[in-house]
This record gives sequence, C-alpha cells and structure tokens, in this order.
Amino acid sequence: MTAAIEIRGVVKQFGDVEALKGVSADIEAGRLTGLVGPDGAGKTTLIRLIAALMTPTDGTICLGGRDVVTFATTIHSNLGYMPQRFGLYEELTVLENLRLYARLRGAKHDSLDATFAQLLHFTRLEPFINRRAGQLSGGMKQKLGLACALMAKPDVLLLDEPSVGVDPISRQDLWRMVQALTHDGMAVVWSTAYLDEAERCDTVLMLNDGRVEFDGPPRELTQRVVGRSHCLVGIPNERRRVLAEALDLGIVRDGVIQGDAIRVVLSQGADVAPVRAIAARHGGRLEAVAPRFEDAFIDLLGGGPGGRSAIAEKMAAVDLGTDIAVSCHQLTKRFGDFVATENVTFSVGKGEIFGLLGPNGAGKSTTFKMLCGLLKPTAGEARVVGLDLRRAESQAKLKLGYMSQKFALYGLLSVKQNLDFYSGVYGLTGALRRERIDEMIDTFELERFLKESPETLPLGFKQRLALACALMHRPLVLFLDEPTSGVDPITRREFWTHINGLVRKGVTAMVTTHFMEEAEYCDRVALMYQAKVIALGSPDALKARVARADRPDPTMEDAFIELVNAADGVERDAA
Amino acid sequence: MSAGGFSARRLTGLVYKESLQVLRDPSAMLVTFALPTVMMLVFAFALSLDQSHVPIGVVLESDGAMAQDLAAAFSGSRFFDVTPARDRRELAAQVVAGELKGFVVIPQDFDARLKEGSRGPLVQIITDGSQPNTASFVAAYARGVVTTWLNGREGAHAAPVSLDARFWFNPEINSRHFLIPGAIAIIMTLIGTLLTALVVAREWERGTMEAVMSTPATMLEILLGKLLPYFGLGLIATFGCTLLATHAFGVPLRGSYFALFLLASAFLVPALGQGLLISTRARNQLVASQLAAQTGFLPAFMLSGFLFEIGNMPGWLQTLTYLIPARYFVASLQTVFLTGDVWAQFLPNILAMLAVGAGFFGLVARNTRKSLDV
Repeated sequence: MTAAIEIRGVVKQFGDVEALKGVSADIEAGRLTGLVGPDGAGKTTLIRLIAALMTPTDGTICLGGRDVVTFATTIHSNLGYMPQRFGLYEELTVLENLRLYARLRGAKHDSLDATFAQLLHFTRLEPFINRRAGQLSGGMKQKLGLACALMAKPDVLLLDEPSVGVDPISRQDLWRMVQALTHDGMAVVWSTAYLDEAERCDTVLMLNDGRVEFDGPPRELTQRVVGRSHCLVGIPNERRRVLAEALDLGIVRDGVIQGDAIRVVLSQGADVAPVRAIAARHGGRLEAVAPRFEDAFIDLLGGGPGGRSAIAEKMAAVDLGTDIAVSCHQLTKRFGDFVATENVTFSVGKGEIFGLLGPNGAGKSTTFKMLCGLLKPTAGEARVVGLDLRRAESQAKLKLGYMSQKFALYGLLSVKQNLDFYSGVYGLTGALRRERIDEMIDTFELERFLKESPETLPLGFKQRLALACALMHRPLVLFLDEPTSGVDPITRREFWTHINGLVRKGVTAMVTTHFMEEAEYCDRVALMYQAKVIALGSPDALKARVARADRPDPTMEDAFIELVNAADGVERDAA
Repeated sequence: MSAGGFSARRLTGLVYKESLQVLRDPSAMLVTFALPTVMMLVFAFALSLDQSHVPIGVVLESDGAMAQDLAAAFSGSRFFDVTPARDRRELAAQVVAGELKGFVVIPQDFDARLKEGSRGPLVQIITDGSQPNTASFVAAYARGVVTTWLNGREGAHAAPVSLDARFWFNPEINSRHFLIPGAIAIIMTLIGTLLTALVVAREWERGTMEAVMSTPATMLEILLGKLLPYFGLGLIATFGCTLLATHAFGVPLRGSYFALFLLASAFLVPALGQGLLISTRARNQLVASQLAAQTGFLPAFMLSGFLFEIGNMPGWLQTLTYLIPARYFVASLQTVFLTGDVWAQFLPNILAMLAVGAGFFGLVARNTRKSLDV
C-alpha cells in the first residue's frame, strides 16, 4: 500500500533563503503525524506545499499517488486544511461559515444537513450556530475551523499549529476529535511547537533548519536518551541558582525548573556523580526519571542554551525597600454588564516569579493591565512596590518593565532605533542613556543586527531585543504577558535563563500564560477562571490537590483541567 | 464532483458571503453610503467655484455725473462689495492686506473721455495677482459692469460689434451642476478601487484567502466572488448619489437612467480591475489603501477634468489622462446630467473605459495564480 502523502526530495527556496533543503518522508493514512521543530524550521512551508498552495523548487509531493502540482484541483477536493489563523470569516456566523465551506468544498446538497448536524455535534458547537465567528473564543474558533476543513470528508487533513493560543481544555477537545478522525482512516498532519502534543502523536516528523532530523514514533526518539534524565528533588530553596550551577557543569545538556524539582538531561555517557554532588550540597537528592520526548528533542537539537544570563550577571542586585513587590486587594473590573475580574486578591513577594494561569477570557490580561496601570479598576486596590496605582501611577510605572505578547517592537525602525526609542520613553537621557543602550547591545549580542528591522531577526533575538527594551530602565518588577506563546522550546529556555538570572538579583517577575509548562517555572501561580482566582499556590501544591490513587503524579495540565472542571461543578451545584 | 470546472454553486456561495460581509462591516457601509453623502455635501456647498460679493474698492477721482453713475453701478452689482474711496493710496494698503481683492479707478477726466468717445481706456482695474482665479474674476466682472453700464446709458450708440456670451446647458454657470456629476465618478473610484483592494488585502491578512485557496474553488470563482458584489454596490451607490444630486441639490438629469446605468457599469470595469490588480500585489490593508489612493483616487481627482480642465494641462499630461478611466466617465456624466443622451460621445467613452478595464484585467490574469508563491 502506498502512503497517503509521499514527499520526495522537496526543496523550497524563497529568494536566497532555502526554507526546505531536501525533505523526504511518507505520511500514512489512519495515523496522526506530528510535524514538530523549532520556529523557522520549515513546518508551515511543508504544509503549504502539501496543500498545493505553493510549488516546490525541486522534488515532488504526491497525495494518493497524484502529484500535487499537476493535480492541484483534484488535491483540493480531497484535502482539508486549517491554516494558522483558522481561515474563518469573522463577520459571518458559525452556520454561515459552515455553509460557505460546504459549498466551496462541494459537499453534496442532500447530505448537507446531516453532515452539519454531525459536525456540529462532533465539535460541540450546536449552541453557538448563530454567533459570529469573530465573537467566539480561541478554542471555539479552532473547532469551527476544523469543522470547515472537514466539510467534504477529506482523505487528508492538515492542521497548522492548531493549538497555539488555545487553552488546555480546548486542546484536549481537539485532540479527542482528531483521534476519532484517524480511526476512520484519515491521514492527519498536526504541526506543533508543543512537545507534549508531539509525544502523543502516532508518529512524528521532526524538522530542523529545513531538514528532517527524525522520522518515526516519538518513543523511538525518547529511547535515545534513556537513563540520562534525572530530577534534583528535595531542594528547599535557591532552585534557580542550583539549576545554573548544574548547567555550568558542562555535562548537562538541558535543565528546567519543574515545580519544586529541577529536571536535567545529561550528555551521552556522562558521569552522574557531579550532579548528585550538587543535589547533596543543597540538601536534596538525585532521582532517575523516565525520559520525555522533550528531553530527546532538545538533545537532538544540540542541547539547551546554558545557564548563564549575560544581562543578569551585569546587573547589580536590586532592593525594593519592601517585601511585597505587587499586591492587589478585591480588584474588580467591569465593562458595562460584563465582569472581567471579580475580587482578585493576592500578593507577590520580592524576587518571586508569579504566574497568572487560565483559559482565554479568564481575566488574566485584565488583571495584568490593572497592575501595570494600563486600566483603572472599577473597585479594589492595586499596589506596585508599595505605591498605590490610583495615586502614584506614573511613579509606579517607572519601577516596572512591561513586555507584551507580540514583543511590541517597531518593524519600520531598526534595532538601534527601537532601543533609542524605548530608552527615551523611560526617560533616560544623556550619558546614562548611551551607557544603557551600549550595555544592552553588548549583553544581548545585538551588535550585528543594529541596522536591521526587528522583523527580520531570528525569533530568539527578537525576544532578546524585546527584553532589552523592557529592561533598559532597570525595573524592579517585570510584567511578561504570554512571553513565550508559540515559541519553540530552545528559545523558551533561553528566555527563562534570563528571567531566572534577573530574579536571582532581586527582580520580581509576573507572568501570564496558558502554557502549562511555563507554570512550572513559577514559584507560585494563581489559576484564574471566569473572572475569579479559583486556586492559588505553588505548582506542586496545585498538582497535589488533584492527585488520586490512579494518578499519583498528575501534570500541571491535569491539575488545570480538574480545577477548572471543579469550579464549573461548584457553579452547577450552586445553580 | 466538478473539480476543475466552473461551479455556479461555489460562486453563489462566495457572492453571498461577500454580501453578508459588506452588510455587517461598518467600514464598508461607511465607504459606500456615509462617505458619498459627505462628499456630495462638501462638493455642493464648500467647494463652489462661483463667487459673489467679492470685496473691491472703487476710487472715484472725478465728481462728474457720469462717473458718479458708474460708481453707483458698481455698488449695485451683486458680484461686488464696494468700498468707496477718493484716492487710490487709501486702498492700496487694503489690497496688500488681502482685505480687498482689487480696485477700480474712475479717473478725473472720466466724463471728458466719455464725451470724446475716445478709444483709450475709460477706467483702470487693479487686481491682486497673487490669487489668479479671483483676479481674473474681478477683472472680467468689472469689465462686465462697465460694459453693461455703457450699454444702458441713455442715448448710447450700440457698439458696432457686440459680444453676447450665452452659456448653454448651465445657464447660471452654477459650478455645483458640473461638480456633482464629477463627484459621482470620484465616489465610484473609491468603491470600485479602494474598497475592492482593501477587502482582498483583508482576506490575506486574516488568512482566509489561504483557506479558500485550499478548497476546490478556482481563482476565477474567487475573483468573481469579489467583483460581483462590489459591482452591485457601485451601481447602488451611483443610484443613491443620483437621487441625492437631483432631489437634494437640484442638479438636472437631462439624459436617461439607462445611459447613466450603462456608463456607470462601463466605468466599474476598469475601477474594479484596478482594485484587483492592486490586491494581487498588496497583501496588507495599509499598502493596499495607499496604492489605491495614489493610483486610483488622486488621478481620478486631478486628471479627470473634474476640478482641473484637461485642456489647460501641459501636452504630456493631457496624453496621460487618456489612461485615466475617470476622464471618460466625468465627461460623460456631465453630459448625461446637463445635456442629455449624446450617444456619439457616450459610445467612444464606454469603449475607452472598457479598453482600459480590459488592460487591467489582462494584468490581473497574468499576475494571479492559485498559489501563495509571490
């Protein structure tokens, strides 16, 4: 039997840039194939080539034995494709979007209503058929996009990063739907930057820099690092310093904070003794753990970025002058009848990494904006470094650095001009301004990009630049809004290395995220759901709350889903 | 499944989708209905090229009865607001300050010159040359006042040759009457070119173009799905503007609705073609709107003969105007409103618009493939 998709020696060039450098692979029907790799590895390009939306520079792609370039029209009738932004018309209702794609995909008239009912049921969109697509949540948009792509029962389904910006509950839903489809014999390609998703795929195709690094079942890749994954547990404090120490050993390929533990992956054949010694010195111990796909992934790509943050090392330790960096009391924000946040209360100690976790629309961003002084609370009080935001807003703003989701860099200004601009915005002048700019250029190694537009930078450097802009005025509190959404694991590690370094100097970091793993990097997280904080505590404490006999070691994602479901249950009981 | 072939079902789906979007998108409604209304009001009231009550001075150096009578004729003219003076030095400063647009000197020996019937000039007219339009207006109307006064004098001899200007089709030389038909052309350019370029760019931005391209829909269907709704919208806007022009602003429609419909349809072909051509290159709304304004709106405004007469342009610019579809449309619209159905003018203009349109669509066809490759 031939494969559903045969990719043979595919090269794709854009001008001087070679996005794909000779990719060959078979994608089988009835299986879920994960397409993984760092940003810019060529995932989207490959999907567009399979979807016959681009022509390969060299090589061939066949779907069901037919060349996609020659038979583009036939291919388009047998293929469902959901692009990154779902391809929905926001002014149209759910039903109107479905009808449009039914017509475009040539779904038969007589079966139309049955297909609709089936798809609506499958995606659980029935209650929303008359709502406009623009007013749906991210998760619902994604389901509608999927329903539109499935309209004519395609043989091949291509999903380009379907779960970016979607909360865990919707991700779980989508996963369930796609599993059902592969059971019916469909070939599904799912491109993702989330490695826990890749781990659950039947098979993965891993791209790096335009080449196939790995092609096979994920556990095969995971096998390669067997015996090299360890956790340092029982370390009461200073976990970030311990992590940096371990990474400095030179035999640790990768290391991340995981709740109360530190997870490390050793180099091939390395001696475990030095790591065990570090654990012992800090009053903990080393435990061997089962390898994850992510361990193998990072290992295959040459290891993590190391433990030193140049910026943090140059920076003098800061002192807030108070133990509480950020606090809010009964913080409430209403937009008309809509309650965005309700009685949110917490306080964040100095040098702490505090995470706001929750699905889209839970009120994370609203809380964040009130704490940064970007929104006025309807009721309640917010303080930053002891300053009441209602009275001393501009003073408070000078003490905080803000890095927004999309990095907020000016694409039409060069890297240097962006730095100039932000230093001016934060009121730096004269010699101090030049000194700080030079320092940022130096520590983040931006020298060779100074004249370029931020848009052309590799993602890792873009992130460095955004961080540099937010750090120039030496803020005491950093607000990071979804800092690593859609970013690959290596770039994410680099980012956290900087944050960990800064926190060790006494800076406080506030992070919003719906990315579960990121929650593990935090000292404490507040789980927000429907405008309220439904749980508050350290990641391990939250996980422990949902531990059961059949699931003694739940993940952060398990904890999230269960706590949110429990909150829903409470509401149902109350009603 | 009709893969490859043209499918009316897909096309109607796309047209229906686009129509819903137009109806629900406030910005499209703004461009189609609010903007034309505002523009019509501006052209009707603010941008009038007619002048009256222009402030001028009249220097009466003579005490003669005739001179007094001529001065009174100036004061009585509805075109001028007269500041009387005895000495031209009194007025010079006010002209410099811009308070007066010029002055007329009735010399000391005016009565004597008049009696002699000398061939020399009777009066001196001084105008503010820094405002050429106003200057020529003052000069022409002042001359007119003098001529009228001469002719109206008792016992005046009829001049051997008298020039009697008569303005056909727009007897009051009311500029509103030729500006408003021109405004319709501008509005149609906005809808045809700007709106079309914008909505296609928006599909690129939101990723819907990519999604639609991955379906069996052909490029012809996708493009027609854009064109047909905006063609309809353009015609509706034309009809709305026409009603506004005839009923609210009193512009006559001397030609037929049929001719108007035919002209508007012909003009929409190049306008939409240009919009689509822009959208094949511009994949974000900012670039699309800039391109549409620079290559569509501004030429239609400046080079169509709407505000600036083509006959007064330098030769090479006149040649360029032949490429501007609005040129043919403005001329034909002015005819259909003010004169009537002059098919001898309409037919060549319609053909010219269709020819420019065919050029645009040829380029669109060459630049459009069902592919994301640039």
